Amino acid sequence: MAEHFDAIVVGAGPSGNAAAYTMAKAGLSVLQIDRGEYPGSKNVQGAILYADALERVIPDFREDAPLERHVVEQRMWFLDETSHTGAHYRSDDFNEAKPNRYTILRAPFDKWFSSKVREAGAILICETTVTELVKDARGRVIGVLTDREGGAIYADIVVLGEGVNGLIGQRAGLRPELKPAHVALAVKETHFLPEETVRERFNLQGEEDGVVIEVFGGVSSGMVGTGFLYTNRESISIGVGCLISDFAETRIPPYELLDRFKAHPSVAPLLKGSEMKEYVAHLIPEGGYNAIPRLTGDGWAIIGDAGQFVNAVHREGSNLAMTTGRLVGETVVQLKAEGKPCTDANLKLYRDKLAGSFVMKDLKKYRKVPALLEKNKHLLTAYPNAMSQALQSMLRVDGASKREKEGQALAALKKNRGSWAGVATDMFKLARAWR
Amino acid sequence: MHIVVCIKQVPDSAQIRVHPVTNTIMRQGVPTIINPYDLFALEEAMRLRDEFGGRVTVLCMGPPMAEDALRRALGLGADQAVLITDRRFAGSDTLATSFALATALETLGKEHPIDIVFTGKQTIDGDTAQVGPGIACRLELNQLTYVAAIDSLDKAKGEIVARRRAEGGVQVLKSKLPCLITMLEGANTLRRGSVQDMLRAARAKVTVWSAEDAGVGDLLKCGLRGSPTVVKKVFAPQPREEPAEMVAVEGKTPAQIGDAILDLVFARQPKLEAELTA
Ligand SMILES: Cc1cc2nc3c(=O)[nH]c(=O)nc-3n(C[C@H](O)[C@H](O)[C@H](O)COP(=O)(O)OP(=O)(O)OC[C@H]3O[C@@H](n4cnc5c(N)ncnc54)[C@H](O)[C@@H]3O)c2cc1C
Repeated sequence: MAEHFDAIVVGAGPSGNAAAYTMAKAGLSVLQIDRGEYPGSKNVQGAILYADALERVIPDFREDAPLERHVVEQRMWFLDETSHTGAHYRSDDFNEAKPNRYTILRAPFDKWFSSKVREAGAILICETTVTELVKDARGRVIGVLTDREGGAIYADIVVLGEGVNGLIGQRAGLRPELKPAHVALAVKETHFLPEETVRERFNLQGEEDGVVIEVFGGVSSGMVGTGFLYTNRESISIGVGCLISDFAETRIPPYELLDRFKAHPSVAPLLKGSEMKEYVAHLIPEGGYNAIPRLTGDGWAIIGDAGQFVNAVHREGSNLAMTTGRLVGETVVQLKAEGKPCTDANLKLYRDKLAGSFVMKDLKKYRKVPALLEKNKHLLTAYPNAMSQALQSMLRVDGASKREKEGQALAALKKNRGSWAGVATDMFKLARAWR
Repeated sequence: MHIVVCIKQVPDSAQIRVHPVTNTIMRQGVPTIINPYDLFALEEAMRLRDEFGGRVTVLCMGPPMAEDALRRALGLGADQAVLITDRRFAGSDTLATSFALATALETLGKEHPIDIVFTGKQTIDGDTAQVGPGIACRLELNQLTYVAAIDSLDKAKGEIVARRRAEGGVQVLKSKLPCLITMLEGANTLRRGSVQDMLRAARAKVTVWSAEDAGVGDLLKCGLRGSPTVVKKVFAPQPREEPAEMVAVEGKTPAQIGDAILDLVFARQPKLEAELTA
């Protein structure tokens, strides 16, 4: 007898887990399928966890979720070859009872999340890849086929939380192929250091305090991309990511970019003496609002990275994944309660919920940014370079008058950008894209 | 037939780290797996079941989270899973472990008499290869260790013929049933369970036994108290002092590369050259 569920969720990342949890908690029969050896085994993230999105799924997650540190300080660095210009924001307000952002390690976190999903009553099978969606004669999705023997498994809705590649959706013709300019490739390493060293190096008082450094400028060697460095309890996550199309064009190997970042005089001392344990590479969808594919159809819906739900400007992904997962879950629960089938028309409810949430609003706000950066790569190098040259000349006491120094700084800006008209155009474009 | 496979959940040794400062093994965050040798035992057990009928029970002693390993075995096709878990088992060495497992096997056998007990050759975290033989001694079973293949099984006569690796050769042994077999690596290729196996495993209830449920009466023989083994020292081996030598291969033919490597080996091991070329 063929198995039938209320819902099948493909993927046990943040999006799939949020969807499966929401539906199982409401009493639906849910099957979740992941190809990894265990949930989280294939998943990569910096990683910062945004509490709010998880809180809306599991309100008391702080009780037992494996959290590394909560973020009390955010640094923003602009790198050139030998220096960095930075802004640091540290506040004791971040030491609140329910901190807002945490660093996490994805493998233990995903495992924990998945255990909650199973406690809620969902069934999970791992080491199983969904290979195809099963459709009926009218083209409605009615189930999935996997790479194991035993045939199809059926459900009223298949929720695709399969991550950035979205191969299943693509194969079923539900979404187009990813464009190289819409995906970044990120490489990341985890460096182990004794807990005390991490705290000393980043001047952390509380045992669970953490620091996040987001890095722009020279770190991406002229490509559209950024770097990051996050403190975990006894390790540091460090990585850099750039658009695939840029990697293809510059032919810079990603690991070399990361090596250069690690060797930068501002970064190397932070990693000194550490033991590198993990090296991973993963894609990040960065096409933004304009790259979002069709999200629902008869018997299917897309959530998380598979739907390009990443806010690259603010480095948010997992929270959008969890939110889209929760919203699809709530939609299906509501439709079931009303006795309605999961048709494309009825799933408009999910699309409406999305439109009303921060997910769509934020992505819409920044919809022009991906194209802007792609076409104006100099923005990421010209200004950071000009800034550090200006600061350097200001700080050096060498007999030149302050007025001369100001002149040098302005000249540096002009030289890096080419012309004053160029600077003006950039400012105008940036202002428009951020509006 | 009732075949029981003893499996152990072990840290994935490929992912273990040694603490850079204290030199102790850091198990935290290291994923766990089924002891790889046990998987050959499980596959062999399932093959016998598929051919001769009956059922395969997987038995594990370990902490509550070892249930994951048992569920994984169910997903591979085992029929039933039993976890014996009790704080009083903590700290067991091979003597105490084989005592607890042997007792649990006796209890299991009361429901359905056991024909064969399988274990892996050894575990990757202890490497002792003592638990299988320990169980066999206590249950007075013939023990066939380091088995590479099972040649035949005669259910009516209650006989099994197996091939075991021995120093310097292969022994073909015939034993009466019940018996205990420890399987060698590479003896077979592990199957992938079907979708139905996976669903069954995900839904299955793993039987969880405390010491009492397992029939263990003498708690002095369990856990730390029943374990005379003393670990005197744990240390990370020093890297070799002799650096590796590199052989430049650019522009050379495979034969030239081979010669160059051999020259290096012989330079360091002159005796070897004499023996091989004699
Ligand atoms: C280096 C890096 C740093 C990041 N940093 C952050 C950060 O700091 N904060 C943040 O919020 N976000 C960050 N992100 C983004 C974040 O990781 C993603 O947005 C998030 O993981 C998306 O969740 P998801 O559930 O949609 O997909 P995933 O987490 O990718 O999960 C998809 C799952 O589906 C499974 N799967 C795929 N195909 C199949 C199939 N055919 N059959 C069965 N299973 C399948 C996979 O095994 C996987 O488990 C980062 C990403 C990267 C790469």
